[in-house]
Amino acid sequence: MVRLQARASGVCEEDSRMIDQNDVRHVARLARLRLEPGEAERMTAELAKILEHIDKLSELDLSTVEPTAHVLAMTDVVRPDKPRPSLSRDEALRNAPSVSDDCFRVPRMQS
Amino acid sequence: MTAGLDPLRLTAREARRLLTDGEIAASELTKTYLDQIARVEGKVHAFISVTADNAAKYATEIDQEMGATRGALAGLPTAIKDNMVTESVTTTCGSKMLGNYQPVYTATAVRRIWGDHIVMLGKSNMDEFAMGSSTETSAFGPTHNPWDLGTVPGGSSGGSAAAVAAGEALWALGSDTGGSIRQPAALCGVVGMKPTYGAVSRYGLIAFASSLDQIGPLTRTVYDCALLLRRIVGRDPVDSTSVALPGEIELPTAERLDGLRFGIPAEYVAAGIEPGVLARFEATVALIEELGATCVEISLPHTEYALPAYYIIAPAEASANLARFDGVRYGYRSPHATDLTEMYEATRGEGFGPEVKRRIMIGTHALSSGYYDAYYGEAQRVRTLVRRDFDTAFAQVDLIVSPTSPTVAFGLGTRLADPLAMYQSDICTIPVNLAGLPAISIPCGLAGHLPVGFQLMGPAFSESRLLSAAHALEGAIGFSAVPTFTDSRAAAGGPGGTTAEERS
Repeated sequence: MVRLQARASGVCEEDSRMIDQNDVRHVARLARLRLEPGEAERMTAELAKILEHIDKLSELDLSTVEPTAHVLAMTDVVRPDKPRPSLSRDEALRNAPSVSDDCFRVPRMQS
Repeated sequence: MTAGLDPLRLTAREARRLLTDGEIAASELTKTYLDQIARVEGKVHAFISVTADNAAKYATEIDQEMGATRGALAGLPTAIKDNMVTESVTTTCGSKMLGNYQPVYTATAVRRIWGDHIVMLGKSNMDEFAMGSSTETSAFGPTHNPWDLGTVPGGSSGGSAAAVAAGEALWALGSDTGGSIRQPAALCGVVGMKPTYGAVSRYGLIAFASSLDQIGPLTRTVYDCALLLRRIVGRDPVDSTSVALPGEIELPTAERLDGLRFGIPAEYVAAGIEPGVLARFEATVALIEELGATCVEISLPHTEYALPAYYIIAPAEASANLARFDGVRYGYRSPHATDLTEMYEATRGEGFGPEVKRRIMIGTHALSSGYYDAYYGEAQRVRTLVRRDFDTAFAQVDLIVSPTSPTVAFGLGTRLADPLAMYQSDICTIPVNLAGLPAISIPCGLAGHLPVGFQLMGPAFSESRLLSAAHALEGAIGFSAVPTFTDSRAAAGGPGGTTAEERS
């Protein structure tokens, strides 16, 4: 973790091997995930263990290795830009939790 | 049960022959499976939903109306993992988030076999969003292993594997991101195959980790696996990562392995394989040599880095894929919110279970500002090293073999509290997902009272070669045991066969 975090633009203190509860709350906000009472504490401990395991990768010298984003040697896949049949409005709205005037209805943006 | 049909032993090959020769009707065959579901589903819980009425009705239609227009797989009763969308049939992905989701379209792989007139028996249980190795993270309760009801069936396709093992389905479709077809196949004593990445369309497969996910068959025999696989493969215009195979999947006939070279990776055998599994593995390697092939030790030196790389790549992709579950267009919406941001956070907090949240958190952390290169970038570079290991190995050998899972089925609840222990279940299966390669698991005997899986891995698009070798080996192994539906928790000593006593 030390090496990974040292490279992580100084976001963390170099000696803070563990992800802390503030980090967990920050990530939960980014992920739009409400944590229940006690969940942040438990998750901090679990994520710290998992990140420690992941830190094994820092043993490797990867400076000359190209990343693999996709396993098949594919070039751009294109199709003709022609209209095709699509879902009807009714089908698209069928599973919506709340609908109003043929639109998805959501709570107001700010309370 | 229809006289003479034993759902614990019947193969799709034999069922198809019986149907074609008019010895049984499709409705009788379907009834055999629906009866078995009625008999054992209360113990096994392989399904999230059983579509019994539709199945019976459709089988009758096949008998009465189809005649010469019957498709290639007409009347064969099938379970579909509940992460493949099926029009008008509830598709939950094992999550409260999609508890009432009624898809308005059907996954390509399912549509293809529906076109062949298979009979869908229901949607099989799975770990929530396919994240897990035990089917215990399902929001609808765990599946129990038919070989020992006190143990897990593996996962995430544990419902599909258990359904086939328990005779609740003739065969099934599953999906495999890091071992989710092969590991449950191993733990339930059935055949399971992950095809080459791109061989089967992912259209309509609810995405977990898009660069790793593949749909594949879980069956009783290798021949059945080929029979089902050849109907679902092929390029699909609505999945731009799907590709046409170089040739049709061949139905296997081989009984010998003469001239083939098999590699045994030292790193896999060192990876904490329990003694009972190792003994079955070594006995199976001896059979390979008896069948005329050569076995050599090889090295896949970056194996130990595959698991940590996977636990960056898969959660990172998952965190992006699962951003769509926001309570707006489909799925669960929390009633406990007054504004939009609160609604998102409450919906996702209440709709996702603990393992899914954990992976979203790891993935979001790994992709967050300042960490992307250190985590995702590094993991993708490690992925290159894992691929190169396989490229080097396949220059020396035709196929690579290993145990599928380091252990037999473990006790329900024994790994749930320790995510890292659960993740170790996939140590032998994850590398081929990272490299995009095909692999198959076949049963190779019992350790104690529980099945052991034997994995064969091949180069990209070597499905026919893999199936052929697996077929020859299956014949030599002669695995014929069937599940007992007993529960070791009722007996002294507890679940999880770690004894080295072997039978087959």
